[in-house]
Amino acid sequence: MQIIQEALAGTLESSDLFVRVSPSEGPLELILNSEVQHQFGDQIRKVAQETFAKLGVSEGATVIIEDKGALDCVIEARLEAALLRAAGDKSVEWETLS
Amino acid sequence: MDKNNHSAPGRSKTVAEPELFQGFAAKIPYLADPVAKLDRKLVDTVQEAVRRVGLKDGMTISFHHAYREGDKVINMVVQILADMGFKDLTLASSSLVSANAPLIEHIKNGVIRKIYTSGMRGKLADAISHGLMDEPITVHSHGGRCALIETGEINIDVAFIGVSACDAYGNANGFSGRSRCGSLGYAMVDAYFAKNVIMLTEEIVAYPNAPASIRQDQVDWIVQVDEVGDPAKISVGAARATTNPRELLIARLSAEVMEHGGYFKDGFSMQTGTGGSSTATVRFLEDRMRHLDIKAQWALGGQTGGMVDLHNKGLIGTLLDTQSFDAVAARSLESSPNHVEISAHYYASPMSKGAVVDRLDMVILSALEIDLDFNVNVLTGSDGVMRGASGGHCDTAAGAKLSIVAAPLIRSRIPTVVKNVTTRVTPGETVGVLVTDHGIAVNPNRSDVEERLRAANLPVRTMEELYQRAISITGEPKPIEFLDKVVGVVRYRDGTVIDTVRQVAK
Repeated sequence: MQIIQEALAGTLESSDLFVRVSPSEGPLELILNSEVQHQFGDQIRKVAQETFAKLGVSEGATVIIEDKGALDCVIEARLEAALLRAAGDKSVEWETLS
Repeated sequence: MDKNNHSAPGRSKTVAEPELFQGFAAKIPYLADPVAKLDRKLVDTVQEAVRRVGLKDGMTISFHHAYREGDKVINMVVQILADMGFKDLTLASSSLVSANAPLIEHIKNGVIRKIYTSGMRGKLADAISHGLMDEPITVHSHGGRCALIETGEINIDVAFIGVSACDAYGNANGFSGRSRCGSLGYAMVDAYFAKNVIMLTEEIVAYPNAPASIRQDQVDWIVQVDEVGDPAKISVGAARATTNPRELLIARLSAEVMEHGGYFKDGFSMQTGTGGSSTATVRFLEDRMRHLDIKAQWALGGQTGGMVDLHNKGLIGTLLDTQSFDAVAARSLESSPNHVEISAHYYASPMSKGAVVDRLDMVILSALEIDLDFNVNVLTGSDGVMRGASGGHCDTAAGAKLSIVAAPLIRSRIPTVVKNVTTRVTPGETVGVLVTDHGIAVNPNRSDVEERLRAANLPVRTMEELYQRAISITGEPKPIEFLDKVVGVVRYRDGTVIDTVRQVAK
């Protein structure tokens, strides 16, 4: 999957996360800020890497996560949404998902 | 308790012959000066008052925290002492709050060398948790502070007591003047035990300012200042009202535990803490009290508008008030003859000749963490940084017939139920029941209570079950990394060391 535009997903509410994806040169870069960094930072990175692999994103993007203590399922969903939007994927019918 | 330490007659050989009478004012000169006789305590500046009490480097100064986040006195006085060049002071405030961040500079500059407090929050707590101080702070409970004062470990040289109004002799209460904090329960202890008392007041009112919580025979000097505190900020921080559905669920369940735990009988007594859930529990209790025609004889605290409401409706006979958490409680303290101000010593000190906590039936408490052995942490956050206060937690848990901890099972992604608490403040043996939004756990040492709650069909689980449920949702948290340096020593109410807080790794 190729990242072609900037995209956002999520909120800064407690138990949610805010994801910003933007196109960039070079390898995929993940910047993680989390309120629960000390206890769950590694786990969040793991979920993020799994999501990147699942969607086939390995380069050409910067992903910034502002995490407010979200559970893994929420992290995965928000990341997927942001990446699909950033890839300009027309096949997803967002309206039926909301 | 006898601070004057009179020697017994006839025992001391050093007692001099009594002097001969030389006039009524020879020994008490102000009596001959009509102005000094009435106004001798009034001084123009804090600096002047500090000079008159003879404060020296290394001495102990104290404050009360009745204004909580609205306090203006602690930062102002310490700044003045810094400007006057004092060093190595011990700061013994009944507690510290986020608003005390300016103290960081005074610690760096060597003005403050030691701290005794019930707790701390915000930037100050963060800096100290990261190793700001050479000596660890001492964290005590409200009752434990009184015990440390009484045993002399906290030896208050000068108590600075901020009040809204007092008269020219220093009679003060928490409901005269414009910045009313309500109960002066913490300040009463300092006024009693301190060697010197400097009162800072916004207003000087006509004599006598009655009733007097802080009395004229305790006050050395009086300084008028622009402001001592902002009462609007008292309910910021720990004490807050909730509309959060999860907290309301926990509150309802807590009220059910109170109803069925075995102590909900006409004439019962209770204390509700300051967490979101525990204050909301009061709202749910009213229905049950009316339905079963049960009234509380008295309630203790930390008083809030919710408790005052039940009091005004005749459902609680007497309110005993160490600290008024909102303006409603402060007004009630003034207007209701059965809303009674009590000192922290009377409230919770294990060295007091009578502490009210020992007579409590039920108390609702909060927790940042509670472990499989029911030990409770109300001091350090899940990142190991101090962000709370010991307060009356361990005092009431030890005294009450049934102590109930109410807390959400998970906060954002952080489980409240853990294998071992980061910091032990209240020992598990004194905690009866945990109420969460995912069920209730009863301490194995309270099988009587467990039987009653099960009989009432309440969702009783084991603590292990609640723990497993929590980590099945959040995942298992990685342990926090600490360095070796001890930044805080947690004292139990009897003065013993129950735990330490170590510096968190960056």
